[in-house]
Amino acid sequence: MEQKKNKITEKKKEVISELQEFGSKIYKQLDSGVFPTINMPSRSTENINYDPELRQYILGEKSVSRSARNIRHIKPFTQLAWAAMFSNELTSQRKTSTLRDVYYSAQAYEMTFTDQQESNNIITDLETLTGYAREDFNIFPEERSAIFGDLTIGYTVPGYEGKTLNLTSHPDGVLIGPALTSSEFISTKADKVIAIEKGALFTRFIEENVHNKHNAMLISCGGQAPRQTRSFIRRLHDELDLPVYILTDGDPWGMHIAQVIISGSANAAHLRELNTPDAVWSGVWASDIVEYKLPTDPLDEVDVKRLYELQKDPRYQNDPLWQREIKLFLKIRRKAEQEAFSRYGLTYIVDKYLPTKLKEGK
Amino acid sequence: MDSGVSGKVAQATFEEISASDFFYRNRDIAGLTNPSRAIFVAIREVVENSLDAAESQKIPPDIYVRLSFESEATKETQIYKLRVQDNGSGIQPRFIPSAFGQVLYGSKYKLKQMRGTFGLGGKMAVLYGQITTHQPAFVTSSTGGAKIYSFKLMIDIQRNRPIILDRKVLINKDGWRGTIIEFTLEGDYLRAMPKILEYFKQTAMVNPYANLTFVDPKGRFYKFTRATTNMPEPPKETMPHPYGVDVELLQRLIQITQYKTMMEFLKGHFHRVGEITAQKFLEFSALSPSKNPKKLTHEEIVRLMQNLKKFKDFLPPDASCLSPLGEELLKAGIMKELKPDYLVVNQRKPSTYAGHPFIVEMAIAYGGDVPKRGNFVIYRFANKIPLLYDEASDVSYRVISAMNWRRYKVSPDMPIAIVVHICSTKVPYKTVGKEFIADRSEVRREEANALREVSRQLGHFLTRQEHVHMEKKRLGIFSKYLPKIAQFSTMLARQEKVPDIDVLLKSVQKYGAEEK
Repeated sequence: MEQKKNKITEKKKEVISELQEFGSKIYKQLDSGVFPTINMPSRSTENINYDPELRQYILGEKSVSRSARNIRHIKPFTQLAWAAMFSNELTSQRKTSTLRDVYYSAQAYEMTFTDQQESNNIITDLETLTGYAREDFNIFPEERSAIFGDLTIGYTVPGYEGKTLNLTSHPDGVLIGPALTSSEFISTKADKVIAIEKGALFTRFIEENVHNKHNAMLISCGGQAPRQTRSFIRRLHDELDLPVYILTDGDPWGMHIAQVIISGSANAAHLRELNTPDAVWSGVWASDIVEYKLPTDPLDEVDVKRLYELQKDPRYQNDPLWQREIKLFLKIRRKAEQEAFSRYGLTYIVDKYLPTKLKEGK
Repeated sequence: MDSGVSGKVAQATFEEISASDFFYRNRDIAGLTNPSRAIFVAIREVVENSLDAAESQKIPPDIYVRLSFESEATKETQIYKLRVQDNGSGIQPRFIPSAFGQVLYGSKYKLKQMRGTFGLGGKMAVLYGQITTHQPAFVTSSTGGAKIYSFKLMIDIQRNRPIILDRKVLINKDGWRGTIIEFTLEGDYLRAMPKILEYFKQTAMVNPYANLTFVDPKGRFYKFTRATTNMPEPPKETMPHPYGVDVELLQRLIQITQYKTMMEFLKGHFHRVGEITAQKFLEFSALSPSKNPKKLTHEEIVRLMQNLKKFKDFLPPDASCLSPLGEELLKAGIMKELKPDYLVVNQRKPSTYAGHPFIVEMAIAYGGDVPKRGNFVIYRFANKIPLLYDEASDVSYRVISAMNWRRYKVSPDMPIAIVVHICSTKVPYKTVGKEFIADRSEVRREEANALREVSRQLGHFLTRQEHVHMEKKRLGIFSKYLPKIAQFSTMLARQEKVPDIDVLLKSVQKYGAEEK
């Protein structure tokens, strides 16, 4: 585990040196009387390609150039320099911030952003430029998901250095926030990760002792999993070699929540290691709806439209499972929520369904 | 002149109706339609006479107008006393009674640009005053000689003759020159006030060499001070052009002519008709050059008039009989009254319609005191008279509406004033009330060309403005952000010294200068 501890600290150092490198580059250009110019990969739609090997979206060869010489570029250029400076301060001083915070902090430097979207875009630019996710710059989103299970972590945040925590300490689970994502993994007895779409089922699983029965780390995604949660799942998989199972509602939206954990999103094509290609979607499948005779609702128009979109999505091409389930959804025209298993009693999903699905997943 | 004709024709047919009587019965056509309009027209007519009297001598006019309350007349109207004093040429004593007491007195056989072309001007005002108040008018005048003459007059409407009630002669100790006229009239000043004040303002604009003072019935004092003592060249008198004559004028010329032959008659009474032209014309109309004009029958006179219009080889009239304001004076007048940020004026070359020469002067003023009304402010002038009524019927309004303003980057919500001045020996008014210019194609074409010229220059100005504005904005952006980039990169690179960006800022400025 000592090796892994270094990894987090190492990464922070790399991030800081990358930001300072960017600053030096601008500084040198200015100092030699040249308008500073930077290049970074283009994030335009035509430059986003699916890489079947990496099993995620990546940016292509096209790059864009931004010059302080250009009247249309100079404002975003300045904002980018500010964002780099701000991130550098955050990371160096080991403080955290949110996107909302970034938006307001800029005003202290008379760098007013027109709106939240503009400041979010600049942060995405910084991600693209450096190849690091904003969480690496200590900028975290507002939404939080939770984790529960037998994993002991060691904090690296100021004031908590050396302290450890076992993630079973609190029955509501532990928030996946900056302190947790920046922590080192010390030890675990778990042998798998189960990511759950909804908080209610996550709580049921804790109540039903699923973490012990199945030796699992439980994660509540809270709908579409936030980026830090996705990157945390990836760490659990990479650093602890834990297989990952995903449980969602039985509809196109749940299916896609699983897919984003597995293959990432097009919006994050400029980043790596946010996805877990080996993770498995365990259900609820359309075939589960049929097999378990679950109570259902009819698919509405939007659902059907979404299914047709997903059918063509390159991320849904690598595993025959996806195409099979999409076809079945379209055939039965029904959907079911995770809670639907309650018709067989509260513990059925844990006692019967889950073991079967985990077996299938292997 | 049209009304003169109708007056005369009426006189010829119904002997008992005099010109005064005719106008008494038809005073609407002179613009004296209602008590508020009447008071405005009366002031305007007298002031115009005064301006003409000063201008004809190239004297910068000094005109003092006082309107004072006398008594209540009806619920809506009051009796006012109007007094107008000028420093003009003055009138010789023997002409004074007729000048103010006889309608159509002094009909001209020669033409030049004057304000009061109808020969009605002050006389109609005096007539109106007499009709409504039954009070005499007082006229005092001196041509600057040893004496000042003062008359108390009334008009014998039926006979169209002045009645002299009193006559005084005073010693002119101070060498005063000018005319004072004073008479009472019924009117509604409160309703007329906005138009009257507008009239003075616009008169000041188009007569920048005049001092105008107006004291209203409430004792309020309005003063418009001259901006220059330069004055336009006074117009020269000229003969009527053959294309512009009618039967009435021909008959009158034949009555007064000294010439015994048609050849001499044509050469002597018509503008730009010489030996050769006269000869060609007489051949064209199969008239003997030696025929005595006084022997022409009525039918022959009519045919002569028709042939004068048909003959193609008359030379076009020249413009020496016109007295346009000129670009400098027009500029001075507009600057004085509107103080615009930008002003462009254009004077067209002389042109003619139906044998009458005319010149169009056009100006566009932008910004400054020009009011923003959501539409262009139009100032219309004819022979230096402001036209304040019936704007939408005027040819200039049509010309302005028909313009493709977008082409000049102009939109109606900008603070833009358009000034149109037409001067002519016969302004093509649509009515006797002298309120708007008729839509004649020659006039419309001249106005459109003039407007295009000034608009083009305004467009250049606006584009330049925009460039300057954009350039300022651009430089502002660079000087706002470059120092910040320097600051942030210095912090990021952990450097001590902020890089010097002056060179970069200067390079942007230099580039900006080239752009202009």
